[in-house]
Amino acid sequence: MNTKIILLLTLTANGAAIAAETEVSDSARIAQYREMISDGNPADFDEMRGEELWKTAAGPKLATLEQCDLGKGPGVVKGVYAQLPRFFKDTGRVQDLESRLLTCMSTLQGLNVDEIAAKPFASEKKPSDISSLTTYVVGQSKGVKMAVSVKHPKEKEAYEIGKRIFSYRAGPYDFACSTCHATSNVRIRMQDLPNLNVKKDAQAAYTTWPAYRVSQGLTRSFQWRLNDCFRQQRFPEPKFASEATVDLTMYLAVSANGTPFAGPGLKR
Amino acid sequence: MNAKWMMGAVLTASMAALTIPAQAAESKLDAKTVEIVKRDFQDKGIAKADRVNQDALQAACSKYQDKLPAKLKAKMEGEQEATIKLPSDDKYMGDWKAGEKLAQSGKGMTWSDKAEDPAGGNCYNCHQLSAKEIAFGTIGPSLLHYGKIRGNSIEVQRHTYGHIYNAKAFQACANMPRFGHMGILSEAQLKDLVALLLDPESPVNK
Repeated sequence: MNTKIILLLTLTANGAAIAAETEVSDSARIAQYREMISDGNPADFDEMRGEELWKTAAGPKLATLEQCDLGKGPGVVKGVYAQLPRFFKDTGRVQDLESRLLTCMSTLQGLNVDEIAAKPFASEKKPSDISSLTTYVVGQSKGVKMAVSVKHPKEKEAYEIGKRIFSYRAGPYDFACSTCHATSNVRIRMQDLPNLNVKKDAQAAYTTWPAYRVSQGLTRSFQWRLNDCFRQQRFPEPKFASEATVDLTMYLAVSANGTPFAGPGLKR
Repeated sequence: MNAKWMMGAVLTASMAALTIPAQAAESKLDAKTVEIVKRDFQDKGIAKADRVNQDALQAACSKYQDKLPAKLKAKMEGEQEATIKLPSDDKYMGDWKAGEKLAQSGKGMTWSDKAEDPAGGNCYNCHQLSAKEIAFGTIGPSLLHYGKIRGNSIEVQRHTYGHIYNAKAFQACANMPRFGHMGILSEAQLKDLVALLLDPESPVNK
């Protein structure tokens, strides 16, 4: 534990030093980072926090989440993230991990999920329970091959709508996801952009979220990633775990099928 | 001839029978997408929920994934061209130094920006301009030596102003925002950017 804390401090210091330098060659520096921390990602802390939360009785019903069904039956956590989003019979909806966690927090624990969804992301001052839970569950799919299904008609529809949201241009700048993520080998300033319509890029991008963001000192979920993309697109805010975000996630997750899941990752 | 004609008719009919249900399914999905997007985005800061409402151009480019059929493309470009308002004084060359500052700034119009914060030009996010700035994006073409190559005749000035005002007049589904048409930059700011591109003293042309 102590060595981990020291590692985290070192990383934070490095992060500051790097931020102070010019933006040249982000990718090379990140590769260096990954090398340095190959046996420990600061996201591990968030995973541990999430595991604790998963096993601790909470909410008006004083229940843990250990009976939560994330797709492979109540209580199964191992490998579930590699098959999400998916259709759930009990809710009649396609759900991603965060959306499904909200369902369990409501049904098992009796928590008010509207309150949770209204402030779902961690800040420097305050960690986020749903974000830590997400990191924990995701970590249990490390190395598991991505196999998201589109067999159910609702899964297929979610994929098709997600694909359309990817190209949906609007707002004062006319931007869509595809403005930045449908061309290969382009960048914004010095930041390389993945072409998410290309399998190799989609796999590399999708399987490394959630991720510990060195520049923010926080572990960020895929819902957060989408939220911040829409901010930069000059869009209004997507509602947390809404159908629009789940469908878009479905499109990207299916595009990443066939490669082992590698998150939680580490990003600049 | 008759047999050929009949075969043609049968083929056309069967192709129509195949494509019509497929098209209906497509439009149903298109309509549902719009419905979901309108429901699932909310106001945050200055970014109000109605920003997801598309104008005709945004809707067409989304539907065709930026590859419009030729006729529609020409129609859209004509409509966009008609929106361009050139300055009443027919003067286009502002201050390239102010233009360079604008080009550097990627700020503006996100929900974390304030209404009173001035929007930047976002130019270096996507374009190479001055040779001195090496942190440039590559989504758009390099604009290094833009004026050196084209000169700065009044026609070039008008065209450059119009292009920044509404890039969609020249390429309907261009990635570039419509800085004048959408009210992102003022007339004076657009002139500063024209100067950045065309002034012989500008670092873009050194």
